[in-house]
Amino acid sequence: MTPAAEEALGITAERRAVVSTTGGAPDGQWVIVTRGLKREYDMGGEIVRALRGVDLAIARNEYVAIMGPSGSGKSTLMNVIGCLDTPNAGEYWLNGTLVSRMSDDALAAVRNREIGFVFQTFNLLPRSTALQNVELPLVYAGVSATERRRRATEALERVQLGQRIGHRPNELSGGQRQRVAIARALVNNPAILLADEPTGNLDSQTSEEIMRVFEGLADQGQTVVMVTHEPDIAAHARRVVVLRDGLIASDESQAQFAARLAAPVA
Amino acid sequence: MPFLDAVRLALQQIRVQKLKSFFTLLGVTIGVMFLIAVVSVVNGMGRYVERDFAGKFLGVNTFHLRKRPDVGGDYSEDEWKRMQQRPPITVEDAYAVRDGLPRTARWAIQDQRWGSPTTRYAKGGPQVLIEAATPGLFAVKDLVVRRGRAFGDQEAAIGASVAVIGQEVADLYFPGVDPIGREVLVDREPFQVIGVLEKQGTVFGFSLDRQIIAPFPSPMYRATRSRDNGLYGVVVQGANAAEQASLQENVREIMRRRHKLRPGAPDDFTLESSETALAQWLALKRYLVLAGIALPAIGLVVGAIVIMNIMLVAVAERTREIGVRKSLGARRRDILGQFLAESTALSVAGAALGVALGVALAAVVRAATPLPTEVALWSVLVSVGLGAGVGIVAGVYPASRAARLDPIVALRSE
Repeated sequence: MTPAAEEALGITAERRAVVSTTGGAPDGQWVIVTRGLKREYDMGGEIVRALRGVDLAIARNEYVAIMGPSGSGKSTLMNVIGCLDTPNAGEYWLNGTLVSRMSDDALAAVRNREIGFVFQTFNLLPRSTALQNVELPLVYAGVSATERRRRATEALERVQLGQRIGHRPNELSGGQRQRVAIARALVNNPAILLADEPTGNLDSQTSEEIMRVFEGLADQGQTVVMVTHEPDIAAHARRVVVLRDGLIASDESQAQFAARLAAPVA
Repeated sequence: MPFLDAVRLALQQIRVQKLKSFFTLLGVTIGVMFLIAVVSVVNGMGRYVERDFAGKFLGVNTFHLRKRPDVGGDYSEDEWKRMQQRPPITVEDAYAVRDGLPRTARWAIQDQRWGSPTTRYAKGGPQVLIEAATPGLFAVKDLVVRRGRAFGDQEAAIGASVAVIGQEVADLYFPGVDPIGREVLVDREPFQVIGVLEKQGTVFGFSLDRQIIAPFPSPMYRATRSRDNGLYGVVVQGANAAEQASLQENVREIMRRRHKLRPGAPDDFTLESSETALAQWLALKRYLVLAGIALPAIGLVVGAIVIMNIMLVAVAERTREIGVRKSLGARRRDILGQFLAESTALSVAGAALGVALGVALAAVVRAATPLPTEVALWSVLVSVGLGAGVGIVAGVYPASRAARLDPIVALRSE
């Protein structure tokens, strides 16, 4: 790809520099740097190439949406970024640490420390209270019970659920459940908040409410990466990365993305 | 994950699914219950046989010279018939034995049969053991006279019609009156009560307090005398087990000489010691211990299989939860620990329930049967240990399956 073409895709010189350097830790402003990320699956003898060389750099405090049709590789990219999966080739630097070659247990520790997941289906433990759900990452971090309680309560207050800490998920509305999940994702002060179709199971009004929560967090300086296939959800992000066939098809600011959406199809 | 958190989680899981947990625990519970109960029977019986039966009933370091065994045993009908043909143990034999014993040995003639005494104070009562014995019996059997006195050598020598009675005989045949100095009739022959024995209790449901002892010889000997004029037995006591054994050989020698037995010919009399009775007990104990191992083992194996199944189901049902936990930072050992703690808590809870039921069963057996049960502390500790062991063994496979789950796959499961 020529620099001009990259420019057209919205890849800045700075980002280009950090992803093209081989074998070095990126400097502190970069939370996520992937270099030539590849992931292939063997589906019964047929090799599926889900990621075919993704170069992506996300700086601290960015609010990025990753879009793409199904089969574009966005779920695989999310799994790799979330340290649930490891690439076959390429580098993945998360918050200054090379995590692309780590063992399962080391990855678990990284997930615990650096990543806050928010899922489409909330994924709260049904028999545990909101407080217990939010405490869970702290349990695995080995935080003491009283400290756990304090920090979990604080996280629930951040999402305006301070009055609901003793409720179980089935006693909460969909929007409240997702806010519990967000509190759980935030409780360890992760480097990135990683949301996978966070409004997919919510009505449009509740979706707006949840998107405002994400916006508020981004305003407070939280790095947010959101995977979605809905353009109007992606429009809330400040930067939109579109994947197609395992490669980045475009990477632009929200304004560029909106302008391109509005333009007539060429 | 800290151990306590894992245990708390496990107990929470049990609370939520009480009925399912109960059925899961049944195998371990039944196994442990039998373990506690059987051990308590073996333990209680053992103490009883070794202390009460061998000590009180037969006497410590004593043996009996008899025509044939009295304590029972494993004899065929033929053997039994042959033993009936043996010559009786005569009074002359008894004195010959006494004269052949060293001075330190204790000796007594003990002749006895069951009979019904009568008194003026009671309309009747249960059968009691009617005994004619030389005064040495009191020392050999460690019989303590609580009120009054025992009879002595002079009373025995003149065949005085006096008697020492057991506590129950005093209660049943002399209700509300002091038996000392009063008359008891055996086969219409009157005996003056001169002493009442201290309460001794029962052995295998047989009361040691239902006996009347009169001197040998005295008119009582007429009541106890058997058809062949043979004595029920001669009791000999040594100072210790070693002396007792050498005294047995001593008596065997005397009797073989008196019966003119050739070398190599079998004894035509029986020397019965507490060891003979203990040997039978030990044989029985082997079967009990075998049952005590086999029944719990079956229960625990069944329990382990059930728990393993339940845990596999739990892992399948909670695949999503495992995925969520992993995404939040749970390592393999956290998931492994969680499910191991759960299966162990289940199993230990089952074992605890089994201990409670076993102790209750032991109490029921003690109350409803003559079997004297006694719960052993070690069996309780072993039970809880076994419970934990079963839980860990049964939990390892399901827990390691859970720990190995791919978080992406687990999160996608329904």
